[in-house]
Amino acid sequence: MVEAVPYINLTWLVPAFPLLGFLVTGLANKRLKHNQAGIIASAMVLFSFIISVVLFFALKSSGQSSATVTLFNWIAIGGMNIPFALLIDHLSLTMMLIVTGVGALIHIYSIGYMHDDERVNSFFAQMNLFTFSMLFLVMGANYLVLFIGWEGVGLCSYLLIGFWFKNPAYNYAARKAFIMNRIGDLGFILGIILLFFTFKTVTFSEVFSQAANFQSGAPVITLITILLLVGAVGKSAQIPLFTWLPDAMAGPTPVSALIHAATMVTAGIYMIARSSILYNLAPVTLNIIIVIGLATALMAAIIGLKQNDIKKVLAYSTVSQLGYMFLALGLGAYSTGVFHVTTHAFFKALLFLGAGSVIHAMGGEQDIRKMGGLRKKMPITYFTFLAATLAISGIPPFSGFFSKDMILNKAFEHNIIVYVLALAGALLTCFYMFRLLYLVFFGEQRLAGVHPHESPKVMTIPLFILSVLSVFGGFLNIPALFGGNSSFSTFLQSSVVSKITEEMSHSTEIGLIVVSLSLLSLVVLFAYRTFVKNAVVPAADGVPMSLLSRVITNKFYIDEIYSFVFEKPLDYLSDFFFNKIENKVLDPAVDEVGVVTARLGTVLRKLQQGNMSFYFFAMVAGILLFIVFILTV
Amino acid sequence: MKEISSAIQIIPLEYYIFLSVTLFSIGVMGILFRRNIIAILMCLELMFNSVNLLLTAFSAYHSDPSGQVFVFFIMIVAAAEVAVGLSIVVMMKRNVESVDINLLNRLKW
Repeated sequence: MVEAVPYINLTWLVPAFPLLGFLVTGLANKRLKHNQAGIIASAMVLFSFIISVVLFFALKSSGQSSATVTLFNWIAIGGMNIPFALLIDHLSLTMMLIVTGVGALIHIYSIGYMHDDERVNSFFAQMNLFTFSMLFLVMGANYLVLFIGWEGVGLCSYLLIGFWFKNPAYNYAARKAFIMNRIGDLGFILGIILLFFTFKTVTFSEVFSQAANFQSGAPVITLITILLLVGAVGKSAQIPLFTWLPDAMAGPTPVSALIHAATMVTAGIYMIARSSILYNLAPVTLNIIIVIGLATALMAAIIGLKQNDIKKVLAYSTVSQLGYMFLALGLGAYSTGVFHVTTHAFFKALLFLGAGSVIHAMGGEQDIRKMGGLRKKMPITYFTFLAATLAISGIPPFSGFFSKDMILNKAFEHNIIVYVLALAGALLTCFYMFRLLYLVFFGEQRLAGVHPHESPKVMTIPLFILSVLSVFGGFLNIPALFGGNSSFSTFLQSSVVSKITEEMSHSTEIGLIVVSLSLLSLVVLFAYRTFVKNAVVPAADGVPMSLLSRVITNKFYIDEIYSFVFEKPLDYLSDFFFNKIENKVLDPAVDEVGVVTARLGTVLRKLQQGNMSFYFFAMVAGILLFIVFILTV
Repeated sequence: MKEISSAIQIIPLEYYIFLSVTLFSIGVMGILFRRNIIAILMCLELMFNSVNLLLTAFSAYHSDPSGQVFVFFIMIVAAAEVAVGLSIVVMMKRNVESVDINLLNRLKW
């Protein structure tokens, strides 16, 4: 009998608070005044955060590595027994703290950002619903509960991207995100079905203990992992399903920060890290993940070089960073991947919120070519944005350095080509981030008629807290080289089984850091020369460009290719079925049945003359015929 | 019960069948060829009772009382039907001064 974890009974409160917030702000939508909904919603997420912290320390003090809380028996049919259970272990606690902690900050920020919106109450209701779903996603103790959360966040993502639904383009973006996710979800659900078929259970602990019976590279495990990967690729915006994420920037900026940077898009990484035991048995899948992750990281970084919308740059940067996380997963360094999720949640949420602050100040303008010189006008936003930029570029001692450096090290151990490509991606990241920083905050203001001002405290305080986290978040996982003990990775070891354990020599490690740092500083200098000294401003739309930059500006024509390969044939097929089959065959056929029946009726009703003797006769004759029929046949 | 069924069984089963078929046919013919609604109702009763007769006979021959139970049900239904039918006849006599069913031919098409 193991001793129960103290306060474990409070677990259900973690998702319950945001649900309550959703119900209150959603149902009392019309009655709440401005700010009330925001305060309620933020408080609920904050409560969840506090309970998550309590659970974190409770689990730590109990000395156990995990605890399962069964809320009720959900599905029990024959041999199928799926409890509605929540799992508290180091991985889920990490994600819970990110979701509720960063989520609470973004909620608070939204109070200021969404202040003037007329549907602010619906906004907070949907944000709370999202937090609720996301908590279920990370806390579920089996794949089915995870799937509920998975679908829930997909729905909320759709709702929030299309929050300003009066703009048709935003609706289109919302639908695109939903449909792309659906393609991934199909793979995910097939994976769960196959998983259940193979293991007769979907509970994590049971699946993983049974997985030990399978040999590495077993076909069924490979198939399961690939199907789950399809789901993760859709949710985490990897090639080939990444095009929805940049379009998802149609939503309000806090939504981009919460859903499309910090939490939902990392669900795929969480799910793969959670299934690490299965993935370790499928080397083929891991190689696929490496290729996908690396390709996505590079491609999105290249596209990011040419984007001129402040949020689009950040969106492609998110896609690129998600690619790095996938790369880490593919290398079998799951805890490193989750560590990058954590630091990325800090600095990317900060970048988006900072961008929101800038957009707020510029009166809705998102084009970086029209900004500039905001450093003086918005000092807090500038410094927090700078911290995040340094963090994402991987400059020590900011958080991104530790996580990205760790991924690069693992890549070096695996294969020199992977390392070089990953490093190239990191340099590109550095370049487009500093391009963004310089264009927005340095130089002279290029848009007349706008008077930028610093955002209110309710927005700058979350920025400040996030910047502290972005700066110091890396110290959670100091590698042995700097005298640390990789405490974060050690912490995750009980729930995530990493594949690579061998340590590389310190001299190699130092060499790699020196290489990447010197290259990074060169890139920063180059960006400085280009965008500050020479004050180069990206060309306006419509100016002729070289072929290469045209391809990059148009995002490699991926959307056009998809439209040509998938949408056009589908449209054509629908047209064909509608105009030719439906209108020419089915409709007339159905009509004809009615017409024939009606004609028959006009003829046959003449039989009904009102003469009862005839009715009797018909009845008897009918019965006789019937009897004759029965006797003869 | 025993005596009655043995009394019934004195007469061979075929005779019952012939009798009830005859009665039933008379009923059908009456319905087909008579125009007087009272006669039609009577023919209807005839058909009912031919069926009852058959049921009773089979019930006795099979030593199964459920056939006779069924006969009682039929009688009750027939009584109800006669009540309704005769009241229709009364209403008809009052309204059209006749009991000829061919006068009731307005309900058509």
